[in-house]
Amino acid sequence: MSQTGLLSIDSVTMRFGGLAAVSEVSVHVDKGELIGLIGPNGAGKTTLFNLMTGVYTPSEGFVSFDGNSLNGRKPFEIVGSGMARTFQNIRLFKALTALENVKIAANIHRQASLFDVVLRTPRLLKLDAEIDAFSRDLLAQLDLADVADVRASDLPYGLQRRLEIARALATEPQLLLLDEPAAGMNPQEKAQLMGLIRQIRERFSLTILLIEHDMKLVMGICERIYVLEYGKLIAEGKPEEIQKNPKVIAAYLGEETE
Amino acid sequence: MRWLLGRIGVVVLTCAILLVANRLIIDNIKEYYVSVLVLCGLYATLAVSLNLINGITGQFSIGHAGFYAVGAYVGGAWTMLIRPLVVKSLPILQTGTQIGDHLNLFIALVLGTVCAGLTGLLVGLPSLRLRGDYLAIVTLGFGEVIRIVILNMDVVGGPRGFTPITELVNNHGIPLVWIFGLLVVVVAFSRNLLKSAQGLKFLAVREDEIAADAMGVNTTRVKVTAFVIGSAFAGAAGVLYAHCQTGITPDSFDMNTSIIITTMVVLGGTGSISGSLLAGIALTALPELLRNDFIKEYRMVIFSTLLVVFMLTRPQGIFGHREIALPRFLRRLGRKGEPNP
Amino acid sequence: MQALVQTLIYGVETGAIYALIALGYTMVYGVLRLINFAHGDVYMIGAFVGFFACTQWLPFKDLSQHPEAAMLNVVLALVTLLLSMLICALLGITIERFAYRPLRNGFRNADAHFWGFVIALPVTAFAGAMTTTKRQGVFLFAGVVIGFIMRPVMAYLAKRIKPSGSRLNALITAIGVSLMLENGGINIFGADPKFIPDILPKRQFNLFGLVFDSSGLIILAIAAILMALLRYIVLYTRPGKAMRAISHDIDAAKLMGINTDRVISFTFALGASLAGAAGFMVAAFTNIKVVPLFGLQPGLKAFVAAVLGGAGNIPGATLGGLIMGVVESLVASKFPQWRDAVAFILLIVILLVRPAGLLGKNTAEKV
Repeated sequence: MSQTGLLSIDSVTMRFGGLAAVSEVSVHVDKGELIGLIGPNGAGKTTLFNLMTGVYTPSEGFVSFDGNSLNGRKPFEIVGSGMARTFQNIRLFKALTALENVKIAANIHRQASLFDVVLRTPRLLKLDAEIDAFSRDLLAQLDLADVADVRASDLPYGLQRRLEIARALATEPQLLLLDEPAAGMNPQEKAQLMGLIRQIRERFSLTILLIEHDMKLVMGICERIYVLEYGKLIAEGKPEEIQKNPKVIAAYLGEETE
Repeated sequence: MRWLLGRIGVVVLTCAILLVANRLIIDNIKEYYVSVLVLCGLYATLAVSLNLINGITGQFSIGHAGFYAVGAYVGGAWTMLIRPLVVKSLPILQTGTQIGDHLNLFIALVLGTVCAGLTGLLVGLPSLRLRGDYLAIVTLGFGEVIRIVILNMDVVGGPRGFTPITELVNNHGIPLVWIFGLLVVVVAFSRNLLKSAQGLKFLAVREDEIAADAMGVNTTRVKVTAFVIGSAFAGAAGVLYAHCQTGITPDSFDMNTSIIITTMVVLGGTGSISGSLLAGIALTALPELLRNDFIKEYRMVIFSTLLVVFMLTRPQGIFGHREIALPRFLRRLGRKGEPNP
Repeated sequence: MQALVQTLIYGVETGAIYALIALGYTMVYGVLRLINFAHGDVYMIGAFVGFFACTQWLPFKDLSQHPEAAMLNVVLALVTLLLSMLICALLGITIERFAYRPLRNGFRNADAHFWGFVIALPVTAFAGAMTTTKRQGVFLFAGVVIGFIMRPVMAYLAKRIKPSGSRLNALITAIGVSLMLENGGINIFGADPKFIPDILPKRQFNLFGLVFDSSGLIILAIAAILMALLRYIVLYTRPGKAMRAISHDIDAAKLMGINTDRVISFTFALGASLAGAAGFMVAAFTNIKVVPLFGLQPGLKAFVAAVLGGAGNIPGATLGGLIMGVVESLVASKFPQWRDAVAFILLIVILLVRPAGLLGKNTAEKV
């Protein structure tokens, strides 16, 4: 393993009942990389995300992040150690405003005790001011400052996706997991999204792992790609290698391999 | 330390206002209306405390009367069973004096609140595994189990009920101060919670538990905290209730009581502190004050019909998630007066 | 040993009643994922229908004076059973149509007429002193008039309210309906206990030293027949198949051309009629007092039985009901005062250990 390794998934298997949704998958992500995870529907991509973020515990194998094993750790602990995610089907806090959505995530590194909250001690007031400034700044960086006080459910779809990314960034992650960020977007929005991903990657010096169906987007920005099919890893490599890989072509077009 | 002095100032001021108001009320208002006021204060406290669990954290508890009962019986047990044993060595606890009465009530409050909070912890644990309607039924079940347990405890009178201290009943002013003091505390608590960015965690759990978890919110802790605090406040209300009645029976804490409290939260607007507060006061005061035989007799039918009609027409309650704040109200009035540009 | 077996027999008899009620809970839960809290009160109405039929509506003979009229009473008892089932089925449909359906689909203009009659109730009660017949006339008139006045209100509401589909709102509504029925019952029927006189000859049989009550056996037999009928309806008839389709996936069922609202009504009718039958049988054959809160405890226990067997699972409800009855009578034989706590403790334990119930399948929320 190289020294810059950030995330390593070591032959992980996840079974639901008798069905193996993910079997013996190994993924390795170095610091600063932008990696794509592709595969047909039901290939186990989101399951893999859930394994990384602690929603599920792997039946077999290990996930380690930044040198620490993640097995058996709760999602909220894993977020604290620097891995944040977005969801395939947007899961914002719908009745709350954009700013409040971000503030909740920003809480993670600025915790106060209930005692502080109830008595509104100077410590709490300072933390609250800090969270407020941090969250507004983050919204501004993602061009969401204008909608800070709009309820999340009232935002247009594209902005909801963007807000989800902002919310994940508010946890100040090293590794950002994006689950189909372009789902349901038109080509123009997709182009914008590509720009956004590049931009936040640089500004926050992020490592990014994204699941995506849109080949143009994946091939356009990812440096390395992993391909899953039926829960198994069938290919790994640079975009141009993946494009030529017969197994991948078969998986997507349903052709015979030989 | 300036903030500390400021906070102490607020507390002292509140106490002073309460004591003065109490004097005025006791001297000028008929005893009947005082008793209505007592009930209003208690139910408002119960509604606001249940709102912490149901409205703000989005868990659904419909067994609040159980915690109310725990507080009432623990508080009553202190005053009637334990205090007489302790009073010999601590003569300051003798009732009948201002200090003795207040001190007694304070100890009863602490005990009742702690016990109800612990019961809340016990009931909150299932909330870690259950959601929505199933959780609601379990809390209802817990409430009933608590009642049946009390029903079978002979020390506190079982089905015959329990006669707590009568000295305080005669001395009406004392419970009134405490009741409204408690109401101020529970409202201030909820308000401070929602005012801080930290309190947003509770709303996050209500909105989407999985997302909250993924954003670093310790949902387990948030839910248990809400249950413990909500039920502790209900326990405190129970202690005060026990001390301003001539007697309590397990029937005072049955499912109907739980459901009345739930109705208050639902009608007030789940999540709205001011909504719960106003609904708690209004729904207690109106049937008492209208003094109408029809409304008295059909009180529960009216409650339940209101509940159904509200669920069908305005499920978010009168105020929704919003708070009614005087400044904003005034601002809005002012804006209406201005001509449109 | 004999005492234990005797207790078990009583347990099975009680359990059969719980199972009949639990079936209604489980079927409704199956199609709508709704805990129909008002179901226990439908059972109460069944008992009241039985009470009125046995004491006022039907010409039952007092067996102590006319022992030869036993046959007539048997026929009348069957009629009463069917009557209880019919009235309860109608009540079930009404509850579904006017309380639960608007939560799913929003209001219809025609709902105005139902609410018109609801509003007419207090109006009539306020209207001052008059004879009962006149009051009934006033009620009908006021109901129709207010119904028409309500039509524009309903039209407005129908346009404005989007159904939320929240399961919690549905539960609160169900609790509200339950309270309406219970407290309405107290106001209409009075809170004083009522008893159904012995309408059938009572006998006891001794077999192997065990005592069998004729009434217990009748309950068991009728319960068995009804459950067999239910099984036939659910497995082999069109509405039964539609019901199962809806409980698998209501949206897919809709797309397949199933009139889901009609099938849901049918489900409520089926469940409510079973509860009505149970209510009548318990009231008539066990000399229990009939009060408006008659359905509260059995309703909760039957609900526990449904959860125990696996909510939404029909054989599970029968199994759960029997287990519930047996456990309760075992506990009651040793610690009678804890009888009513058993159900809740059982419920809490099941939900913590195996929330899906004995025969149910576990499902996790998709992320």
